[in-house]
Amino acid sequence: MQYSEKVMDHFMNPRNVGEIENADGIGTCGNPVCGDLMTFYLRIEPRIEDPNKACISEIRFKTFGCGAAIAVASMASEMVKGKTLSEVTAMSRDDVANELDGLPPIKMHCSNIGVQAIQEAVKDYLKKIGRDDLAGKIKGCPDKKH
Amino acid sequence: MEHKKKSVYLDNNATTPADPRVIEKMLPYFHETSANPSSIHGAGRRARDAVEEAREKLSRLVHCRTDETYFTSGGTESDNMGIKGAAFAQSERTKIITSAIEHHAVLTTCDYMKKHGYEIVKAPVDEYGIVDLNFLSRAVDDKTLLVSIMHANNEVGTIEPLKDIGEIAHRHGAIFHSDAVQTVGKIPIDMDALQVDMLSLSGHKFYGPKGVGALVVRRGTRFDPLHHGGHHERNKRAGTENVPGIVGLGAACEISMTEMNTEEKSIRELRDSLWIGINKEIGEVQLNGHPENRLAGTLNISVKYIEGESMLLNLDMHGIYASSGSACTSGSLEASHVLLAMGVPHDLAHGSLRFSMGRFNTKRDIDHVIEVFPGIVKKLRAISPLCKN
Repeated sequence: MQYSEKVMDHFMNPRNVGEIENADGIGTCGNPVCGDLMTFYLRIEPRIEDPNKACISEIRFKTFGCGAAIAVASMASEMVKGKTLSEVTAMSRDDVANELDGLPPIKMHCSNIGVQAIQEAVKDYLKKIGRDDLAGKIKGCPDKKH
Repeated sequence: MEHKKKSVYLDNNATTPADPRVIEKMLPYFHETSANPSSIHGAGRRARDAVEEAREKLSRLVHCRTDETYFTSGGTESDNMGIKGAAFAQSERTKIITSAIEHHAVLTTCDYMKKHGYEIVKAPVDEYGIVDLNFLSRAVDDKTLLVSIMHANNEVGTIEPLKDIGEIAHRHGAIFHSDAVQTVGKIPIDMDALQVDMLSLSGHKFYGPKGVGALVVRRGTRFDPLHHGGHHERNKRAGTENVPGIVGLGAACEISMTEMNTEEKSIRELRDSLWIGINKEIGEVQLNGHPENRLAGTLNISVKYIEGESMLLNLDMHGIYASSGSACTSGSLEASHVLLAMGVPHDLAHGSLRFSMGRFNTKRDIDHVIEVFPGIVKKLRAISPLCKN
């Protein structure tokens, strides 16, 4: 099994590691039982009239997991910075994997967890501002028990 | 890996580097004396002599008769040959008993036998990886054809009480097979004293070459061959002998015979100093495996809050080669079946790391790990959501 240079770079020097105090949205996906767990913290520039156009101004993450999991979290955090919530909701696991110049097939689930954890954080934000209607449209993390 | 300075190989349970003395003994058999041992001419007879000399060395190492040894391609073939061979040589008994922590060479073979109608029972182990003897006593019955329990576990190094297991198997007339690839050449083996009827071993686990091993079968134990063909290995393992490999295996046996005792002691010292060093520098680590009754070179630990592959990759960057029971390194999504069977929680099984020391390791290797490893753990714990400090 071989990781790309980009994966190794993000794994060895992960970007945006940490937590945000009083974050606007927090999302977790994965499970230590399966060997991967990610938590993302978002600071969001609000847009009261259309929250889907609100932007992610700051992002931090923490990850328990293999090399791919750490690289995915780091890359995904870079990709969503400055993006609107609707852009983030439209992201797929392939987007992150492609940015990393690919992942070994057995590691694709890491990419899934990364995207889903961020979408979970977006969902959390929308709920906090009372927009359950919009939050309900986001899939987020399918397995929330951990 | 540009900033790699020096490489430290601590994966000796996976495979050992061939001893240069072994390689030297093998070389003439690739070209100068490369005849087929079955040929009756002078060159063939010299090759035959070399094979038989290796057989004697092997039989001295494991205390068996020369006509009880069968050279194979390695541990996996020996396990297959023992289990399937014993089953197919008879038709009355249909039950095979093994343990939950066997190597896949045994477990997958048993799964295959299950498809062919055999009943497979996997004995549980305790927290140290010792097979439950009470369970075995109850499970072995007159339908049991074979009990297959490893001598020492490859992941955690725990040594199983073979003599007791052999007695239980023999009480009901079952054959006792043991996968001893981790112990042959490392600790003394006496087939009689251990009550073993079939023993699998592999050359590359004790400084011999890859691609050669043996199955030792006590006289009177019936088994069918896996390979059918010529008359090689007394009609039990057809195929032209791997002469250089067999010579190398013999040489490895000879070296182990004379050096085993002192080597075991020095390897144990290295391992214990690594564990003491890690324990001192890193908090919240646990030892997996039996505290005393385990292979001298095996140190399996779980580092809380972080995952094995990410530790391995970081160690690799520093030229340190180890292994892990994390799912990420097994090619599947399941953590080590051995650690899980021992009751190690999933997250700690994913956070496991195995350092296995061998003949060519030095104190400097250990010092290098103790120097580098705490920093890696600190860095990974800093990104872990499970670590609260």
